[in-house]
Amino acid sequence: MKRIDTKVITSLMAVVAGLLAGAVLILASGHNPVLGYYNLFRGGLASVLRVGNSLALATPLILTGLSVAFANKTGLFNIGAAGQMLMGGLSASMFALYVPLPRAILLPCVILAALLGGAVWGGIPGLLKALFNVNEVVSTIMMNWIAFWVISVIVRTVIPESYHVTTVSAHIPSAASLRLGWLSGLFNGAYINLGLFLAIIAAIAIHFLLNKTTLGYELKSVGFNRRGAEYAGIPVNRGMILAMVIAGSLAGLAGAAYYLGYQHNMQVNVLPQQGYDGIAIALLGLNTPIGVTISAVFFGVMQAGKNFMSAQTAIPPEIADTIVAVIIYFAAAAILMHRLLDYLKKKRRPKAGGAVRKEANGDA
Amino acid sequence: MREIWDIILLMAPYAVAYSCPLMITALGGLYSERSGVVNIGLEGLMVIGSFSAAFCINMFGISVWSGLLIAMLVSSAFSVLHAFASINLNANQIISGTAINMIAGAVTVFFARNITGSGNIRVDGLRRFNLPLGLSEVPVLGPFFFTNTYATTWLIFAMVAASIFIINKTSFGLRLRACGENPHAADAAGINVRRIRYAGVMISGALAGLGGATILVTYAGEFNGSVAGLGFLALASLIFGQWKPLGIVGATLFFGAATTISNVSQIIPQFAAIPEIVIRVFPYVITLLALVMFSKSSSAPRAAGQPFDQGKR
Repeated sequence: MKRIDTKVITSLMAVVAGLLAGAVLILASGHNPVLGYYNLFRGGLASVLRVGNSLALATPLILTGLSVAFANKTGLFNIGAAGQMLMGGLSASMFALYVPLPRAILLPCVILAALLGGAVWGGIPGLLKALFNVNEVVSTIMMNWIAFWVISVIVRTVIPESYHVTTVSAHIPSAASLRLGWLSGLFNGAYINLGLFLAIIAAIAIHFLLNKTTLGYELKSVGFNRRGAEYAGIPVNRGMILAMVIAGSLAGLAGAAYYLGYQHNMQVNVLPQQGYDGIAIALLGLNTPIGVTISAVFFGVMQAGKNFMSAQTAIPPEIADTIVAVIIYFAAAAILMHRLLDYLKKKRRPKAGGAVRKEANGDA
Repeated sequence: MREIWDIILLMAPYAVAYSCPLMITALGGLYSERSGVVNIGLEGLMVIGSFSAAFCINMFGISVWSGLLIAMLVSSAFSVLHAFASINLNANQIISGTAINMIAGAVTVFFARNITGSGNIRVDGLRRFNLPLGLSEVPVLGPFFFTNTYATTWLIFAMVAASIFIINKTSFGLRLRACGENPHAADAAGINVRRIRYAGVMISGALAGLGGATILVTYAGEFNGSVAGLGFLALASLIFGQWKPLGIVGATLFFGAATTISNVSQIIPQFAAIPEIVIRVFPYVITLLALVMFSKSSSAPRAAGQPFDQGKR
């Protein structure tokens, strides 16, 4: 338990470091950081409507965070959540646009299409990794760019909004929208939608899968020690493919939650930032479903508040992305920082190596 | 046949111009990975280079060449963040590199917006020229490499040539490779592994910065907060080129050609018959195929990506 606590503390330290770095940047650009942060969080939390919008923005983040975290548990690094999200959104949108069904049947089908689209896009790098030892970091990045162009071409030529407007896709029929009348009503018309519940269900399912099933145990052992797992008779290749398929489908679901819930169409020439934020969220959430959910809500609040802050204080909204990026950096460094803290506590006597480490610790 | 040859000649200068930033960035990646540090932050370092060059050229009216130099210095300084995390803090190098990419993308646009409002910075770049001494008249090579070239192309070719020498023939190159293959043996031989790795990462920062700034002063002419995935493509070229300078030259020229085909396909009738989607995803699919072919017998530096722990054997 104590070990978990130190990890949580290092995560919080990374958040504080990110916010501090953000404050320095705001100062450097000649604005008031206190006012900036006040407006950032006011923009995300000040009313029921704003809370609803923050949760709506947190929804795809929970799912991409889960996607990255789940792949990570199997020792794979999924940078492809952005592309998987795009393909999930595309297949769901295409289904919604071309198959006229009553809402009760259409909605599950659309969600399934999103899961499938993401699963295929995540599965390909998994397959390449298992069969040809292709580094999944590079292959998922390539898959992101392939998805980027697939969306660009299909939205412009197959499902444009109109003959004149080809930079966004046609609106999905309201029967396929993940927005729920009563839920939007509850939050004064916010963008919050069914996706949030799907995300929470997904988080619980992943928690269960990882901690209570044989498959989860096998996947974790592949991530922990691939050779060891192989000697223990665990089908490592199958595990890696499966992990990427599941990770991909989670990101695909994020696509449905974003493009059919938060929005009602897709844009061309955008790789969704949520895919990359998922890396930060997984890292910050210590690769656990509960941690991911909490981090995603925090990020959602920042994303929802950044434009309000920008309008109130003229601080560019990119400050939110900067904070996220700095948090990733410190979370990456913090993994070892708490180990160094322990090390320094145990070994009071400074040695040659110890001095270097102490210095490193002090700088961070 | 004649027509196709004309098209190839027409495209060649664009393909070369497009390959060059990729080439120098991949070469930077080579220094870093050969020293044992995986650097997927190349994309971000290119953005930093592009931004710092655009900023200085636009704000202080300095020459393009000083802009390139500043880009190298700033990106190199920025890459210390990655070096510090991966070398001193034993951080996960992939995550640290991702953080570099994200910090670079966000911070540069943040500052650019503070300056120009839109976040885009325009600069007057270099002009193309034909090489003198009748070189542009040389058959085949002339139209390919000596016509319509940028001066940066020659700078980059020179740097690649120098790198082949540095990596294979100097003691620094030997040490660099040793740290990437077997850092403990290098350590036992009295090499300061951490220092060599810092050098590797900082050279990669400088070269990636030059790559980003080259895009700015050649075909882009504008900083807009991204280099459209070229840093990642450079990384793929590094693997495609099997971590060798000449391999990188081949791989990046290939990508340059593939991307040029995909860019000009709209205006050249011979390519118009091919569906746009095929043309667009062509460079990336080819990369994946190349990875499939080369990954099984990968000659990646053996210790790349692993933190160096002096106490571990």
